[in-house]
Amino acid sequence: MAQPPLLSAHGITKSFGPLRACSGISLSLHEGEIVALLGENGAGKSTFVKLMFGALQPEEGGFEWRGAPVRFADPAAARAAGIGMVHQHFSLFEAFTVAQNIALALPGEAMDTLIERTRTVSETYGLPLDPNALVADLSAGERQRIEIVRCLIENPQLIIMDEPTSVLTPQEVEPLFNTLRTLRDEGRTILYISHKLEEVRALCQSAIVLRRGELITTLDPTDTSAKAIAEAMVGGTIAHLNRRAPSDAEALKDVLLKVDGLSHGSDSRFGTKLKDINFELRRGEVLGIAGMAGNGQSELFACLSGELRSEPGAITLHGVPAGQRGIEARRGRGAAFVPEERRGHSAVQSLTLTENLLLSRHRAQDGTVSRAGFIRGRVAHDMLNRIVRRMDVRAPDGPVTAAALSGGNLQKLVMGRELDRPLDLLVVNQPTWGVDAGASANIRQAILDLAAGGAGVVVISQDLDELFEIADRMAVIADGKLSDARPTVDLSRTDVGLLMGGSADRQEPALAP
Amino acid sequence: MRLELTPRRQAGPFLNLAAPVLAVGFTAVVGAVLFAALGKPPLAALYAYFIEPLSEVWSLHELALKAAPLILIAVGLSVCFRSNNWNIGAEGQLIVGAIFASALPVLAPNATGPWVLPLMLILAMVGGALWAMIPAVLKNRFGTSEILVSLMLVYVAVLLLDYLVRGPWRNPEGFNFPESRSFGADALLPELISTGAWGGRGNWGIVIAVAAAVFTTIMLTRMLKGFEIKVGGASARAARFAGFDARRTTFFVFLFSGALAGLAGAVEVAGAIGQLRPSISPGYGFTAIIVAFLGRLHPIGIIAAGFLLALSYLGGEAAQISIGLSDRMAQVFQGVLLFSVLASDTLVRYRVKLVVVRAQERVAHD
Repeated sequence: MAQPPLLSAHGITKSFGPLRACSGISLSLHEGEIVALLGENGAGKSTFVKLMFGALQPEEGGFEWRGAPVRFADPAAARAAGIGMVHQHFSLFEAFTVAQNIALALPGEAMDTLIERTRTVSETYGLPLDPNALVADLSAGERQRIEIVRCLIENPQLIIMDEPTSVLTPQEVEPLFNTLRTLRDEGRTILYISHKLEEVRALCQSAIVLRRGELITTLDPTDTSAKAIAEAMVGGTIAHLNRRAPSDAEALKDVLLKVDGLSHGSDSRFGTKLKDINFELRRGEVLGIAGMAGNGQSELFACLSGELRSEPGAITLHGVPAGQRGIEARRGRGAAFVPEERRGHSAVQSLTLTENLLLSRHRAQDGTVSRAGFIRGRVAHDMLNRIVRRMDVRAPDGPVTAAALSGGNLQKLVMGRELDRPLDLLVVNQPTWGVDAGASANIRQAILDLAAGGAGVVVISQDLDELFEIADRMAVIADGKLSDARPTVDLSRTDVGLLMGGSADRQEPALAP
Repeated sequence: MRLELTPRRQAGPFLNLAAPVLAVGFTAVVGAVLFAALGKPPLAALYAYFIEPLSEVWSLHELALKAAPLILIAVGLSVCFRSNNWNIGAEGQLIVGAIFASALPVLAPNATGPWVLPLMLILAMVGGALWAMIPAVLKNRFGTSEILVSLMLVYVAVLLLDYLVRGPWRNPEGFNFPESRSFGADALLPELISTGAWGGRGNWGIVIAVAAAVFTTIMLTRMLKGFEIKVGGASARAARFAGFDARRTTFFVFLFSGALAGLAGAVEVAGAIGQLRPSISPGYGFTAIIVAFLGRLHPIGIIAAGFLLALSYLGGEAAQISIGLSDRMAQVFQGVLLFSVLASDTLVRYRVKLVVVRAQERVAHD
């Protein structure tokens, strides 16, 4: 007689208003396996995990823990039963030490025993960590180790990991996988949520695919191609990106944007200073800027967009010094900008969709505002319809606010807003962050088309797959410094990974000839 | 055990309208309790406060007189507050506006003609705007708190006014009373209906106030400037992304609200008072803050709220005469009203949850 599964779900159903986030999901997780949970954004992954972890309660169906029915009233109950979770977004206090942060999650523990246990856990599982280090001084990879150690200290039987590699350099991924395999060999179960299918294929024994709240299939990832897994997630075929050569090869010699010795102090205490950044962008090319989060990407974006002013000559647009020009003046010269954060930066939750278009489209050329300063509602409304159609934005009917759109749909709207006018230059930070596979492909295709049409595009992204897919040249930003841009075809992931770790000033990676 | 505020999914339009109504109802209940505690019959007192002033023509005129400055100021403040700028010194801007308006009839008492009054109104707006410019410039330049600076400048304005009416601008034929000379006919706001059964003191101030509210509504809903103000209030970062300079917005909203407060000052001195005195406002500039919030920072809502708060002033006077209640009661009412408006706003947006930490959880943590 086989052992009962560690955790099984029976017909789990949960709705939010008219939306069925989870619909009759049944599955079993056994001891000593790493199982991937796959699905596009909005497929119901996070809802299901929240139901499992006691943060939400199912309307129908229930869970069994080691064969006995169980109902977790809250995450504390789930933790007590033996479920641990490592969240994608860290909840750490930068001003506190590692041990203090761990103590915050485990009230009632004496500090010195905690330091001791932190040492033990981090040594046992190959997660090097100094309990007395200040979190503010640690890299993203080290911060993640804190989260993992914090979870392991409670000795969980089932560990849920939400996109753990999204913050890691390629070099940091392998040690993490070794840790996870050690945990599996001890008989623990890991539910691994990720968008990176190659990783899933390397690590997981089985993969559960969710789509529109339903469990579509359980497959063996070691034995299925990444493309086939992606198509199971999307429920259709995924178009290949179509790279066209720019039509007018002569025009490509023009330097569109030149950044020369750009330095900038940071406004916030934990921000990053930009140090002597140099690059050139020509017409018809996509320049990728890779790097781990928090290495100066947002500061660089703000300097390029004009939200932060710099020395006049540090940024030259169309041969004219533009460092002191504001964002609207740069837009007037054919530039467009899409920042990383949508809520409260490129869009405002409480404004209607039409008003959100006006954010970056209120110049005379857009026709949305009359000379006397009145908003032309009809023009803006037509613009909205055009963008919604072109970008396939899924929005509820009627005049809704941006809060009614999912993150992915909001990003489609924001991208569409910028692509809706003639552009020479597009600077975009994390173009497909939180956007599902189908829409990501559309956005990347739009970027390629824009470059093929003779515009220049700067793509700042933490997604290496994305950059290798669309960038003609690539540079890496680490600790506010930008490496030289090199043609993507000459670069390997290892090269980029070394640069991401900040090794640019120590040694140049050997380049393929 | 603790209280937690969790945001509600979506505050419906019904709740949005219900909040101010609830607040008024709650204020009436608190008032009734207070009256009872003071030994007055609560219902009769409430009647004297809120109904009696509405029953006679003359008091309706008085209501319009008091509502006009409240609406004017609150409309300006609503623009300011929407953009997350906190102008608390409208009282001072009103006073300086009144001083600027009075400069003409005081310094040139022989000036006559139809241009006198319009020029006074323009001067008042310039004066109020200049006074409001001080906190705006200091905020933009040095990052000072506009709340403190604008509030402190009220007391400066009060003393400036005091100095003028007791010193250089004192009426030479006024037996040393601290008053300016009375304004000539061309320097006074005409009454709306001066004779007949519907006649009374009510003047064109209320028309100016309603016109300002209508203009502001159009600006806020139809113009790019209004959009800029809205975005600035919703997210400073998005406003910067849109290319709206936060300092320019701050400057504009302070100038705008200062100008309207100054205009209210002119309406007072050229209307109900007819001269400059040491005291020209029973705190309209502060009460208008309540009006702005009670009117949900919406110019049309502010018209209704302005009349309601004007009623609390009138009711205070009436109750003082008819049942011998202290006129401080009016201020108590206004305070309770502001408190309940803010409270009901919070309750509309958030759900209050009583969180009880269960015993077993506490044991587990020990």
